[in-house]
Amino acid sequence: MLSTSLKDPGSVFLFPPRWIPDPIVWGNYYEALTFLPFARYFANTAFITVANIVGTLVSASLAAYAFARLRAPLKALMFLLILSPMFLPGQVTMIPLFILYRHLNWIDTYNPLIVPAFFGGGAFNIFLLRQFFTTIPLELDHAARIDGCGEVSILWRIILPLSKPALATVTIFSFMGHWNDFLAPLIYINSSSKLTVSVALARFRGEYGTTAWHLLMAASIVAVLPCILIFFFAQEYFVKGIQMTGMKG
Amino acid sequence: MGLQLSASRREGVLFYLFIGPALLGLLIFTLGPMVASFYFSFCDYEIVRPPVWVGLANYHKMFFVDKLPVHALGVTAYYSFVGVPLRLVAQFLIALLLNRALFGRSLFRTMLYLPSIVSGVALSLLWVWLLNPEFGLINYLLWEVFRIEGPRWLSSPEWVIPALILMSMWGIGGGIVICLAGLQGIPEELYEAAELDGANGLQKMTRITVPHMTPVLFFNLVMGIIGSFQVFTQGYVMTAGGPSNASLFYVLYLYWNAFNYFRMGYASALAWVLFAIILAMTALIFRSSSAWVYYEGSVQM
Repeated sequence: MLSTSLKDPGSVFLFPPRWIPDPIVWGNYYEALTFLPFARYFANTAFITVANIVGTLVSASLAAYAFARLRAPLKALMFLLILSPMFLPGQVTMIPLFILYRHLNWIDTYNPLIVPAFFGGGAFNIFLLRQFFTTIPLELDHAARIDGCGEVSILWRIILPLSKPALATVTIFSFMGHWNDFLAPLIYINSSSKLTVSVALARFRGEYGTTAWHLLMAASIVAVLPCILIFFFAQEYFVKGIQMTGMKG
Repeated sequence: MGLQLSASRREGVLFYLFIGPALLGLLIFTLGPMVASFYFSFCDYEIVRPPVWVGLANYHKMFFVDKLPVHALGVTAYYSFVGVPLRLVAQFLIALLLNRALFGRSLFRTMLYLPSIVSGVALSLLWVWLLNPEFGLINYLLWEVFRIEGPRWLSSPEWVIPALILMSMWGIGGGIVICLAGLQGIPEELYEAAELDGANGLQKMTRITVPHMTPVLFFNLVMGIIGSFQVFTQGYVMTAGGPSNASLFYVLYLYWNAFNYFRMGYASALAWVLFAIILAMTALIFRSSSAWVYYEGSVQM
């Protein structure tokens, strides 16, 4: 992929393939990024991804804290309810949600891609954080409470700082999920100035598919670059994360 | 002082305040839509007109009139029931290898996991190119190494699903890491005791390693099949369901019905059948699991 992204259009189709492009055409990157407004798509995707991470962290930590630390009537039932969507395939809710968003005039806005994250942030993340919170000794809460802390400041000053590995895991999975998400932006976003990177790539293939391989590969490299960078910076959390969750990235 | 809440009442209120967003989200984004979707599945609903109740017509149509849903289910089942076990075996074997070689293990682990970072559309595009019969790397290697004329992968009805299964092997890194963690959790004493009793490598493998790994493998099997039945991106980006519907995945057909033909009622029925299938398979795997999954500490002969 890297090799093709640096080739001139003619030598892409050479057989046998040439591993080291000759000449090396760095300009492909420039061309790919300017041919389509890829910087724009990047900014769009980054905005959606960051908003989702913020929403997920805030609302999932709150719920997880409640399940880990607070006592209340019907708590077990609530836990079961909140976790129930984990086994529901998204296709079941896809159509009514589309209709709902259409009534709200949310089609072709980022709301459908962002707002849900602020309402719970996903059953799985709540579960993961709750499991982690329960491993933090209760004595710390008691000490803080004696010092006059309320529940919010216990969460903010004690639990969250001690839960960095779990928060990092949630952040990373949320990042990967939303950066690479394809189906949701494909359904909700129409105007080309609002596209995300993955939908733009798919369109790019549809329109120029068989001719512009070198540009397509350059654009793909740029599209996966953030994921790879994050991987190298947070390798340890990645490995911990999948071991902790048993989930495949 | 009537407004002063008791401590436990305060805690309860706080609890519901904290889970409030999640609870509201569940109602608006999951439970509400579920009920609506179930209702739509009994309606003729073309989005511009309000839904009209048609009873079981959608379900009748998808099993007896429209040939494509059953065909798409077959395609998806083929992709899942061949692909998932194949990936599981590969993950397990590679994890076994890595568990032995101590030197540079974390480097290998990183290298193997790296590809699964690249996913979605970019990955699909990469594979369209790798699988290209004229200038793709795979057929080139087949010819150079084995002198085999590679098939026309994505443009031949027989080879398109094997090609997509081959591509799915790309993402096994995550599973390898999970298997490795499982392998490292097996107590060393068991192997030592077995060696004292004169067990050979094969016996250690079948009596200690495999039984201890079954929970991990089982979990990955369930999740793998659930995920695999929802495959969409590859079909949409790489093959558009073709050639001649040979890679028409179920969710792709559902998507087309909903968002290309705007048959919202019919697509809802398709979604509920998928849900039922996934639920049934999960239940089946869970029920059969007691026969072959070994959990540490459980009494089992």
